[in-house]
Amino acid sequence: MSEDKIRILVAKPGLDGHDRGAKIIAKAMSDAGFEVIYTGLRQTPEQIAAAATAEDVDVVAMSILSGAHNTLFPRVVQCLREREGQDILVIGGGVIPDKDIPFLKENGIAEVFTPGTPSREAVAWVKKAVEQKRLQQ
Amino acid sequence: MENDVHILEKARQEWQEGPLAKALAKTPERENLQDGRIYTPLDVDTSYEGYVKKIGFPGQYPMTRGGQATMYRGRFWTMRSYSGFATAKETNERFRYLLKQGVTGLSVAFDMPTQIGYDSDHPFSDGEVGKVGVAIDSLEDMEALFEGIPLDKVSTSMTINSPAAVMLAMYQAVGEKQGVAPDKLRGTTQNDVLKEYIARGTYIYPPRPSMRLTANIFEYCKNVIPNWNTISLGAYHIREAGATPTQEIAFAFANAIEYIQTAIDAGLDIDDFAGRISWIFTADIRLLEEVAKFRAARRLWAKILRERFGAKKPSSWMLRVHVHTSGSVLTAQQPLNNVIRVSLQALGAVMGGTNSMATCAFDEALSIPTEESATLAVRTQQIIAYESGAADVVDPLAGSYYIENMTDRFESDAESLIQKIIDMGGAVAAIERGWMQNEISKSAYVQQMAVEDGKKTVIGVNKFTGNDRADVDLTSVDPVVQEIQIEKKKALMNRRDNVECQAALEALSAACRDEKVNLMPFILRAVKSYATLGEICDSMRKIFGEYEAVKTI
Repeated sequence: MSEDKIRILVAKPGLDGHDRGAKIIAKAMSDAGFEVIYTGLRQTPEQIAAAATAEDVDVVAMSILSGAHNTLFPRVVQCLREREGQDILVIGGGVIPDKDIPFLKENGIAEVFTPGTPSREAVAWVKKAVEQKRLQQ
Repeated sequence: MENDVHILEKARQEWQEGPLAKALAKTPERENLQDGRIYTPLDVDTSYEGYVKKIGFPGQYPMTRGGQATMYRGRFWTMRSYSGFATAKETNERFRYLLKQGVTGLSVAFDMPTQIGYDSDHPFSDGEVGKVGVAIDSLEDMEALFEGIPLDKVSTSMTINSPAAVMLAMYQAVGEKQGVAPDKLRGTTQNDVLKEYIARGTYIYPPRPSMRLTANIFEYCKNVIPNWNTISLGAYHIREAGATPTQEIAFAFANAIEYIQTAIDAGLDIDDFAGRISWIFTADIRLLEEVAKFRAARRLWAKILRERFGAKKPSSWMLRVHVHTSGSVLTAQQPLNNVIRVSLQALGAVMGGTNSMATCAFDEALSIPTEESATLAVRTQQIIAYESGAADVVDPLAGSYYIENMTDRFESDAESLIQKIIDMGGAVAAIERGWMQNEISKSAYVQQMAVEDGKKTVIGVNKFTGNDRADVDLTSVDPVVQEIQIEKKKALMNRRDNVECQAALEALSAACRDEKVNLMPFILRAVKSYATLGEICDSMRKIFGEYEAVKTI
C-alpha cells in the first residue's frame, strides 16, 4: 500500500454559494490526515478538472445544494477524462434526491453522500476507495 | 432589599444541600446540557428601575418587549411563504395559490443565475436555471411574475442582494404598468451584500461599489418609494452557515453599522432611513434560546441606533424582524419530523415577537416545496396565530428568570463581539481579512462534530434512526426551463428598441464612474428599455470589477 498522503480537491461547482458542507468536509478530510485543496465558490467544471490534474489529486469531492448536480457533476467527470484525469475518483454531496443517484453513478460519480451523512463516513469511504485503487495500480 | 436577597440565598443553599444533593446522588444529570440548571431572582435584575430601563413596554425604548404597543393583538405578523421555481409563469401560479391559502405577503426566491446577475443563456447558468428559484432575465419576466397580482394590495419581499437595485427597478416598472404609483408599493429587497461575502456567496462586485449601490437604494427610496424596506439585513444566512446565536446577532449588527455609516457619510440623516431598515433572522429549534435572542437583539439594536448614531425617532430604534425558520435544522431523514421542528421554530419566533415570517416546508432538505408541503408550512403559522393563544398576549415569556437572564447574556456577549469587530476596523475590514468567514466555519465544524459524537441529538439522524426516507413526493424542475428562457430572451432582443437599450446601458456604465451619482434612475431606464438583467449587471461589472473571494477553510 502506498504511504503517500491522500490528496483531495474539495470543490463547489456552479453558482451555489452554500459552502457550509464543503468546508466541513474539507476540514474533516484535513483532520484525517489528507492533503486538502479547497477551490472556493463558483468553479466551472473546466476549472475543477484543471485544478485536480494540476494538483495531482486522488479524489475530487464536490458539493452542490442548488439542484444543478445532474448537469455539473457529469461534466466534471467529462473534463477530467479530457485531461487524462480519468483515474481520479469523483464523489459528490449535497441536496441530491435519491432518484438522481443512479444517473450520477452511471455518469462516473463513484459515490453520492446525501444530507445527514457523518463526515467520518465520507472520510472512511475515501480512505478505503483510494487504498483499493492504489493496490490495483 | 438586602434582607430579601439574604432570604433567597439561604433558601437556595438549603435546596442545594438538601433536595438537589440527594437528587444528584440518586440520578446524575444528563450529559451535554447547554445551559444552567435553574434560574431565580438572583440571576436577574428584579428592581422596578431595572425593569423600566431594560425591559420596559412594547413600542418604547429599549423595545425589548416588541416593536409595537399591541403587537399581535392588533395585527398578526405578516405570513409569507418563500417561493419561486422554474419560469415566472409557474411561480405566478404558485403565488396566486398561496394568496388563496391566506398568506399575507409574498416572498420571492430567485434562481442562482438571477441572484448573481447572469441571464439564462450564460454558460455559468447551465443546470441552474429555475432550480432554486424563479428565473428573471428581463422586465418581461417580472411582468409575468406579478400578472394579476395588484402590487398596491400585497407586500413583496425579494431575496435579492447584488442585483437588488435592478429587481427593485423592475418592480417599480411593473407597478407603473399596473397603474400603481411607486409610493404605494410595499415590500423589501434583501440588498445586504456584506453577508454574501461572509456566508451566502451571491456577490458580484467588490464590497465598496456594492455598498454604494445599497446607499443609492436608501436615498432613492426615501424620495420615490417611501414605504419600501430598503434593506433586510441577513442575520439568517450567517447563522445558517454555522454561526452561534451570539455571532448571528453580532456579525449582522456589525454589517449594519457599516451600512449606516456609509449612508451617513454620503450625507443622509439617520432618521431619514433607519426606519426602513429591516432584518431577517433564523428561528432555530431551541425555542427558548431563540425567544431570548430576539429580545436581546431588539434591545441592543435600539441602543446602537440611539446611542451610537443619535437617532431620535422611535421608529429608527425599532428592529423590524422577518423570520425564516431554520433550513439547516431540517433533516433529509424521516422528513415528516420536520413538520414538528418547523412548528417549534415558528412558535419561538412568535413568542420572540417577529414581525413577519416564512416557514420552511418539511421537504426542503430534499428539494423545493411541493404545493402540499408549502400549504402545510403556511397552516403551521395560521394554527399558531389563530389557535394556540401564543399571539394573544404581548411578549408572553418576559419575566421568566431564565429568559431574562439569557436575554441579558445574549445582549452583552453580542455587544462585546461587535466591539471586537469595530476594533478590527469594522465589518468590511473583518470580511476582507476573512475573519468573520473563519469564525463561522469554526462554529459550523464544532456543531457538526457535536452531532457526529452524539453530544447533540438529532432525531432520525443520530438517535431513533431508521425509516429514513418517508415516501414523499418531491418537486423537480424540468431542464427544459432553461431552453424556454433562452428562447424568450432571443425573441425579446429582436423585438425591443435596441438603440434605446444600448444608450441606456452606456449611460449606466458612465454613471458608475462618478461615485456621487445615484445609479437607480439609470438602472430604471435600462430596465424599461428591456435590457436584460445580465446586460445591466455587465455594464456595472465593466466599471466596478468582480469580487474575488478570500478562501477560508
